[in-house]
Amino acid sequence: MYVIVVGGGKVGYYLTKELLAAGHELVLLEKDRGRARQIADEVGSIVLARDGCEGQHLAEAGANRASIVAAVTGDDEDNLVVCQMAKHHFDVPRTIARVNNPRNESLFRHLGVDEIISPTRMALAAIEQDIPVHELLHLAQLEGGELQLLEAQIGDDSPAIGRRPTDIDLPDGCSLFVLIRDDQAQAIRPDTVFRVGDKVLAITRTECEIDLHRQLIGSGGSEG
Amino acid sequence: MRTIIIGCGRVGAGLAGRLAATGDQVTVIDVRTEAFDRLPEGFAGDAVRADGTDEDVLRRIGAEGADRFFALTEGDNRNILAAQLAAETFAIPTVVAKVNDPVRARAYSALGIATVCRTDMLVESLAAFVGLDMDDSTMQVMAPTGHHPGPHGRVEREGIA
Repeated sequence: MYVIVVGGGKVGYYLTKELLAAGHELVLLEKDRGRARQIADEVGSIVLARDGCEGQHLAEAGANRASIVAAVTGDDEDNLVVCQMAKHHFDVPRTIARVNNPRNESLFRHLGVDEIISPTRMALAAIEQDIPVHELLHLAQLEGGELQLLEAQIGDDSPAIGRRPTDIDLPDGCSLFVLIRDDQAQAIRPDTVFRVGDKVLAITRTECEIDLHRQLIGSGGSEG
Repeated sequence: MRTIIIGCGRVGAGLAGRLAATGDQVTVIDVRTEAFDRLPEGFAGDAVRADGTDEDVLRRIGAEGADRFFALTEGDNRNILAAQLAAETFAIPTVVAKVNDPVRARAYSALGIATVCRTDMLVESLAAFVGLDMDDSTMQVMAPTGHHPGPHGRVEREGIA
C-alpha cells in the first residue's frame, strides 16, 4: 500500500517509522528543510522537503497512485487543504486529517475528509470517563466517527423532565434506547417518563449532538 | 448589508473602511490588536480580536445571517478554512477567499468558493505594463466554477502541473 504522510512533526515522524516497519511504501512531505533532512538521516531518502498543500508537490510525490494520504501537521487548516487537494484533484481513495479543534470535525467530514484523528477529542473522552464535564458523555464512536454512542444525564434544568420520548423533538438519525435508573438498565418505551437523575443512552449522528444536548440537557449547560 | 472580514492587513483594513463608509455594517477580525491601527480614522464598524477560523468565534460575532464574508489573512489555508466555514456551516451567500497560490485558487473556485489571487493579478499587471497581452480574467475575483460535492462526491478535475 502506498501512503503519503504530510507533516514531519512528532506525529508524522512516529507514524512514518511505524508504517515503514510494517512494510508499507511511503513518502513523507515536510516543508521545513532542516527538519526534513533530520528525519531523512534516520529513515532514508523517502523524505521530501516539500509543502504538501501545493498541488504540484503532491503530484511529484505520486499522489495519483496513493491509497492513503495522511495529513498530520499541527495546523488544522493545512491538514484540511492537503486532504481536499488529495481527494478532489488526485482521487485519493482515503484521506486522514489530524484535527486539533474538535469543532472542525464535522466540517472536515462534510468537506470530504474520510477519517479524523482528534487528539483533543481522545484526551477529552479519557477525562470524561471520570468527570462528566459536558453532561453528554462520549462512550464510543461508531461507523468511522459518523455515529456517536452517548450517555446523557437528566439534570435539574433538563427540558425532558416529566416528558415521554414521543414528546421530545429529536433530530432524524438520533435514537434513545436504554435508560439507567437506580442503577438498573431498562429499555426506553413510548410510555417511559424521564425524571431527574436518569441516564439515557443514545446513538446519534455526530452532527446532531448539539440538538440532542438541547433536548435532553437543556441550553443552560455547556455544549459538548 | 452585514459584512465580516477576517484579517485586518492592508487589504482587509482598506476594504473594511470602504464598505463601512457606504453604510455597511462591518465586523473585522484579526488575531493581533495592532492590526486594527490600519483601520481608517473614524471607522464605524466593529473590530474584534479573535481567531476567524474558529466556528465558535464566527457564531459569536454573528456570522449566521451575514451577507458577505471576506477571508483576507496572510495564510492561504487559513483563508480557505474560514471561507468554507462561512459558506458551508453558516451559508453566507457571498464568500471570497484570498488565495495567493494560483493552483489552489483555481482548485477552490471549482469547489464553490470565490477566490482572489494576488500572484496572478501582479503577474498580469506587470506583464501588461511592459506591453504584453493581458489576461483580464485574472484581474478579477474568480467566481465559483462549481459546487462543493459534499462528503463523498468528486469534482471535475482540472489538470495540475
